[in-house]
Amino acid sequence: MVSSKLAANQPDSFAFSDEAEEKITYWRKKYPTDKQRSAVIPMLWIAQKDHGGWIPEAAMRVIGDRLDMAYIRVMEVVTFYSMFNLAPVGKHLIQVCGTTPCMLRGSGDLIKICQSRIGSAGKVSDDGNFSWMEVECLGACVNAPMVQISNAEGDHYYEDLDEASMNTLLDELATGNAPMPGPRVARETSAPIGEAITLLDKTLYDGSRGKRLKSIPNAPAKASKAKPKTKKPAKETGK
Amino acid sequence: MTLADKDRIFTNLYGREDWRLPAAKKRGNWNGTGDFLNLGPEWIVEQIKASGLRGRGGAGFPTGLKWSFMPKEVGARPHYLVVNADESEPGTCKDRDMMRHDPHLLIEGCLIAAFAMRAHTAYIYLRGEYVFELARVQAAIDEAYEAGLIGKNACGSGWDFDLFVHHGAGAYICGEETALLESLEGKKGQPRLKPPFPANAGLYGCPTTVNNVESIAVTGTILRRGAGWFSSFGRPGNVGTKVYCISGHVNNPCNVEEAMSIPLKELIETHAGGVRGGWENLKAVIPGGSSVPCLPRDICDTVLMDFDALRDHKSGLGTAGVIVMDQSTDMVQAITRLAYFYKHESCGQCTPCREGTGWMWRVLTRMCEGRAEMSEIDLLLDVSTQIEGHTICALGDAAAWPVQGLIRHFRHEIEAKITNYRVGKAVHQVAAE
Repeated sequence: MVSSKLAANQPDSFAFSDEAEEKITYWRKKYPTDKQRSAVIPMLWIAQKDHGGWIPEAAMRVIGDRLDMAYIRVMEVVTFYSMFNLAPVGKHLIQVCGTTPCMLRGSGDLIKICQSRIGSAGKVSDDGNFSWMEVECLGACVNAPMVQISNAEGDHYYEDLDEASMNTLLDELATGNAPMPGPRVARETSAPIGEAITLLDKTLYDGSRGKRLKSIPNAPAKASKAKPKTKKPAKETGK
Repeated sequence: MTLADKDRIFTNLYGREDWRLPAAKKRGNWNGTGDFLNLGPEWIVEQIKASGLRGRGGAGFPTGLKWSFMPKEVGARPHYLVVNADESEPGTCKDRDMMRHDPHLLIEGCLIAAFAMRAHTAYIYLRGEYVFELARVQAAIDEAYEAGLIGKNACGSGWDFDLFVHHGAGAYICGEETALLESLEGKKGQPRLKPPFPANAGLYGCPTTVNNVESIAVTGTILRRGAGWFSSFGRPGNVGTKVYCISGHVNNPCNVEEAMSIPLKELIETHAGGVRGGWENLKAVIPGGSSVPCLPRDICDTVLMDFDALRDHKSGLGTAGVIVMDQSTDMVQAITRLAYFYKHESCGQCTPCREGTGWMWRVLTRMCEGRAEMSEIDLLLDVSTQIEGHTICALGDAAAWPVQGLIRHFRHEIEAKITNYRVGKAVHQVAAE
């Protein structure tokens, strides 16, 4: 979150798009009918995506009404979670992970690039294309340093960066390209660089593992053949 | 000796193979699941207990025992399984790989665990940033429903099981199980006072068990291969296989599944290409994610990667997120950045944590530059012990331990900074400003 204060310029009203409404219907089905408040985070996220990357106050009111929550409870959630933005962000929001595992591998350089190319954290660039912020651990530590970029294309991880690849990444975004997510060095996801030394055994993948088990280890003697029973085990063993 | 490929549970850890159902089934996922369920919930819990599996989310609580805390009969309130996929511990990125590359192991585990604790419904709570992984897990769940593996009469067992994916929105504290439940209920993620424990009153006030992704995802393979197979790896009380995340100053950072109790040095040298500049260039390792105290090289030479060995050195296995730091590392700065992390992530509920994390960060920031008194090192240590154990949840402890580890092993680095600053101040006062 860039700021925990509401943006000065707020739209008068907010309404979800048809596409967003479909998503909301989908999400609300996941929760019991009397526990619909559970949908508040997914709905806020949908609202943020629907509104160019930030949540206006009017959206909080709409969501509060829809979920029968006091407005302050919705705002409490918005301000608690760092992924909700209360003010406009750039078309591409660059979130640089700055926590120690990334710091050890050069996230400081990435931050300097953002400062020199985009400006100070939280400010939207003049062309509206970029804004950036330092965030806490994004959970891709073996691919450090890394950034998450949120834009109309989604929220993708770009990993194993250095100064050169970070600059290239920003160049690509500036020219309107959608760069491929993932590592920027020659490696498969989180596998070590270089020749693989694990998961080489072909029998793991040739289908032999998918053959019906001959027996179940430690199964009670009678059931060792594991014939399907007709009884419902839930009721049978419910005591 | 490295773990043999045939004994790895996560056979698609790096996503070289297809994650979808047909390929996952070929790798043995979902093999025999219905038969396991037919043997009944007690049998499953017994097997998991016998396997010696300890929770993989950080605390290392025996998983089978945790399951057995759930009421044996379903009363008026439904039971819930909640899978903690809010992976946010700095240094840890294992659950992400399991979810994006081996999602069917997780889904199968959800069915087994939910059945074992008589839950018809489970939620997987992913951290909000894992947008891609959320879509992937959801797609795999859709496949499983389509194939009749979950849903009505899951795997032909007669048990109805619904699995839903939920997501957070960027809050480390939601990895704490009761904060996660609050968040899932649509509130701020602030931990609850315990008791009541979730097994009595968890999600929506109903009996609930919260387990880490890895703890759940390994259960199918444990039942297939046998509890004895799983417990044959590692040392007594610290058994099984474990996915380690090796980050920081190593030549080839990576995730890798290995046996428990593997020597730290062997883990780093075999799988991560060794420490940058050679083992001699090692300064310190944080062995279990940012919350555990760091260890200096002489301990790293011999220490084993398991719960008990690391605890004996006043550190911990935690999530097995191994953060390696070489001689070029400014230890004070590295830990100060972690102190900032905890300050940022404190939920603000308990005063010692809310105030203490910020205070420690501010003092450490001064110490980074040497602008501190020598006596403040002991003061910092003292304050850290005032935070530890005085909060509702373990975030206070997690904030205090890295600072204590720093002072325990690298006090001389703080002292050197203070001394240098004073000398520098006297000599280069004008230039410094």
